[in-house]
Amino acid sequence: MLLKPLFRLPQKMNLRFVKYFKLCLGLSIFAILGTVVLLYTVGLNFGIDFKGGTLMQIQTPGPAEVANLRTKLTSLGLGEIQLQSFGQPNEVLIRFPEQAGGPEAQKVAADKVLAELPTGSKELRREQVGSTVSQELITSAIWALVLTNLVIFAYVWFRFEWQFALGAIVSLVHDVMFTIGIFSLFQLDFDLTIVAALLTILGYSINDTVVIYDRIRENLRKYKRMPLGDLLDLSVNETMSRTIMTVGTVLMALIALYFFGGEVIRGFTFAMLFGVLVGTYSSVFIAAPFLILIGVKRDWSGVEKGKAKGGQPQAKSAKSTPSPVAANAGSLQPLAEGDSEMDDAVPHSIGFSASIPLGEMETPAAPLPPAAPRKPAGQRPPKKGKGQARAGGGRSKRRG
Amino acid sequence: MVGFTLHFSRWGALVTIFISLASIVFTLPNIIPISTYESLPAWAQLPRMPLGLDLRGGTHLLYQIDTAQLRKDWLQSIQTESRHALSEEKIAHSGVVIAGNAVRITLRDPDKMQAALTRLKTLAQPLSASLLTGSRSGSGMDLSVQGENGVITIEPTPAGMQNRVENAITRSIEVIRRRVDPTGTTEATIQAQGGANGKDRILIQVPGLAPEEVKARVGTTAKLTFQLVDLSMSAEDAEASGVPPDDMLLPDAEHPGRKILLHKEVIVSGDDLVNAYAGYDNRAGGVGERAVDFEFNSKGAAAFARVTRENIGKPFAIVLDNKVISAPVIRSEIPGGRGQITGNFSQEEVSRLALLLRSGALPAALSIIEERSVGPSLGADSIESGKTAAIVGFAAVSALMIAGYGLFGLFSIFALVVNIAIIMACLSLFHATLTLPGIAGMVLTMGVAVDANVLIYERIREEMKGGRGIVSSIEAGFDRAYGTIIDSHLTALLAALILYAFGSGTVRGFAVTLSFGIVSSLFTAITVTRLMVSTWLRQTRPTVLEI
Repeated sequence: MLLKPLFRLPQKMNLRFVKYFKLCLGLSIFAILGTVVLLYTVGLNFGIDFKGGTLMQIQTPGPAEVANLRTKLTSLGLGEIQLQSFGQPNEVLIRFPEQAGGPEAQKVAADKVLAELPTGSKELRREQVGSTVSQELITSAIWALVLTNLVIFAYVWFRFEWQFALGAIVSLVHDVMFTIGIFSLFQLDFDLTIVAALLTILGYSINDTVVIYDRIRENLRKYKRMPLGDLLDLSVNETMSRTIMTVGTVLMALIALYFFGGEVIRGFTFAMLFGVLVGTYSSVFIAAPFLILIGVKRDWSGVEKGKAKGGQPQAKSAKSTPSPVAANAGSLQPLAEGDSEMDDAVPHSIGFSASIPLGEMETPAAPLPPAAPRKPAGQRPPKKGKGQARAGGGRSKRRG
Repeated sequence: MVGFTLHFSRWGALVTIFISLASIVFTLPNIIPISTYESLPAWAQLPRMPLGLDLRGGTHLLYQIDTAQLRKDWLQSIQTESRHALSEEKIAHSGVVIAGNAVRITLRDPDKMQAALTRLKTLAQPLSASLLTGSRSGSGMDLSVQGENGVITIEPTPAGMQNRVENAITRSIEVIRRRVDPTGTTEATIQAQGGANGKDRILIQVPGLAPEEVKARVGTTAKLTFQLVDLSMSAEDAEASGVPPDDMLLPDAEHPGRKILLHKEVIVSGDDLVNAYAGYDNRAGGVGERAVDFEFNSKGAAAFARVTRENIGKPFAIVLDNKVISAPVIRSEIPGGRGQITGNFSQEEVSRLALLLRSGALPAALSIIEERSVGPSLGADSIESGKTAAIVGFAAVSALMIAGYGLFGLFSIFALVVNIAIIMACLSLFHATLTLPGIAGMVLTMGVAVDANVLIYERIREEMKGGRGIVSSIEAGFDRAYGTIIDSHLTALLAALILYAFGSGTVRGFAVTLSFGIVSSLFTAITVTRLMVSTWLRQTRPTVLEI
């Protein structure tokens, strides 16, 4: 009677994302530099929206002989004329640049093209953009991208901290550059709809990033002294099942669009598909670990304290720690993780499985051992923090 | 046992249910077959989503007005008015010339400067206050009149020019509406659009018409004038030796390649036409050629009568858009204000010209700077593709959600249905156009909207694992996910709104559905899903939670 889930994503994946941050950052920087180089050398294959010119979608009576047609149309001398088959074998897309002599000349050129087509051909669509308009479209597209980033930066700053805002923007710029790079690399048509896709990717990627940041903030309040690296890993891991599920549903929708939505929006859908993957990657591997690079405020007491209230038992962090790294616990720091400093007095179950009676867990609320070398509320140097993270001393102690 | 989060007041529940049902009702007209829809009584024909040009086929044209010509025409009329004004005041001058963007007047007697300035300043018109707020010039007049060393410069102010352009655009839109949509039935969109220099563009979107047809309807400027032919010299001589200052040389449409020399003075213009219709040549001995009959208003009729009376035996030229259509010889006075334009016209040309003249002249030439057209068959294909993608997308997302969350997945699919219904209802009610990218936005929303549910469900799982009871886990799951949901939705909404602000045409349709989708998914996550879950809890009082 009760509908049961067919599968359950593991609640807690003990993946160590932070460890790969440098590698990922390197890869991403490489990709972004690659994009810049590509943009300077090959550039983008601008559609007529941004270049001016005419686009015609033609349906031919039989399967279109693209090569043959290309020879014929090239001989018209209309400048760089592009032909490609479009979705179906009997549909072609023809594009030629703006002709000297204004809209009239453009129309004459289009008529010439129509005259060369096999008899019985039908013009399904025509778009003609003048250079004044295309210049404006470029400007407004760039403005839209810049403005979106700024607005998101402001919002994240307002809701979180500037470090988060910076991390979010870095990952957004990364997503946009990455996607543009792919369009340049494969010389895919870059038109207005691709810009729309880029803006949508920004919206999606920031959504993803904010979900992770929200969890990081929550954990920052909860585990005041957990090394940042561990805390970031913990947060990403805790949200991982949500990330996978959401990417899954979005990809489902996009794949449906890609295969069934028609040729007209295929470029758009491709950009979205790619961008969603990149956006997810960047949220997990760039945006979150980026906080280590720039550090982050650790003392969140007083900031929206109410939100952290009600202290949920977060039976999470513990399992990750038996860690392979425990060995390098050179500089032991007792009480490395989630402990009595939590500002809510409600029991929490760090280090224990949920089956342990809640009552037992109140013990850590005892006064701190004075030995605990307390770091200033400021940021920890990332490297060191990582070392400490694995200390695990406090935990094993308590376990024992 | 149900705490605050899961508690619904009777009213809260009713409102939620009402909104959901209302959305579904307003979605229905878009789903049922069009024949069924049309057979419904009028009161039941709720609004449908208007389809964009890319879905129904049609033409999108962006015209830009020729501001240079507007400026030139204005300067010319300033020139004429200044001459008049100065001769009225009996102020001698050695020339009123157009120099660059200004009219320059050199006075013979510099002492008359003050008098001249006083008189010429009356030519300037104050600008309306609303325009001033956006203008850079603080003078508040459309012309600046300045005198120095016996030279007076009259120059249009930037605000004055902008005002002039916007007026021209407004008048053009009226004219174009009469031409493109004379019966008011074609659902044509004709509106002003801003370019680099303020609103100097006109966007025309006409569903169901091919671009050539729309262009033909928009037609030419249709500036009609009647001017006398200058017989004092031949056109060839004038061309060789220079056109006299009060004359102009225009091409002769009847004899391609030839030109005719005319007096610049306009006897009557198309502004004084009250009517024009297609007819036949009714001259004695006429060959029954097609012609356009026209009728002047009383002012035009008087002027026409006077000039024809004074110039019997001489030819006068009918000039349309700077071409001489015909130059018949005046045989007698034409008193009644009626006349006829003949030429080598086809039936179609005659009706078109009559319509153009009837609708009035455009204040300036318009040129096409953007054109997009979609044939009806492609539009129909796009609708089909959109439908298929939507159905497949919905099925896939549903399958994944139900597989992942069981009954709760099913709840989220109900919420998703309400979500999509809200989007479609909003589009129908706000008359927002549905485009193919708009459909894509809806399909994408399906994928993204369940995110809110995913966040809640994952949170519930965590809470369960943390050892809480069923109800308190669910409650905490909802509670704690909300902050995240609001943050992530708001940021995504910001991006969508910017896309709307900057996007044009079909992209805007995408931004619209995306924005509606984000807002409605916020609503469904906070109310619809919660209502279902809390009702389920109360009804079944489950002992195990399969999520």
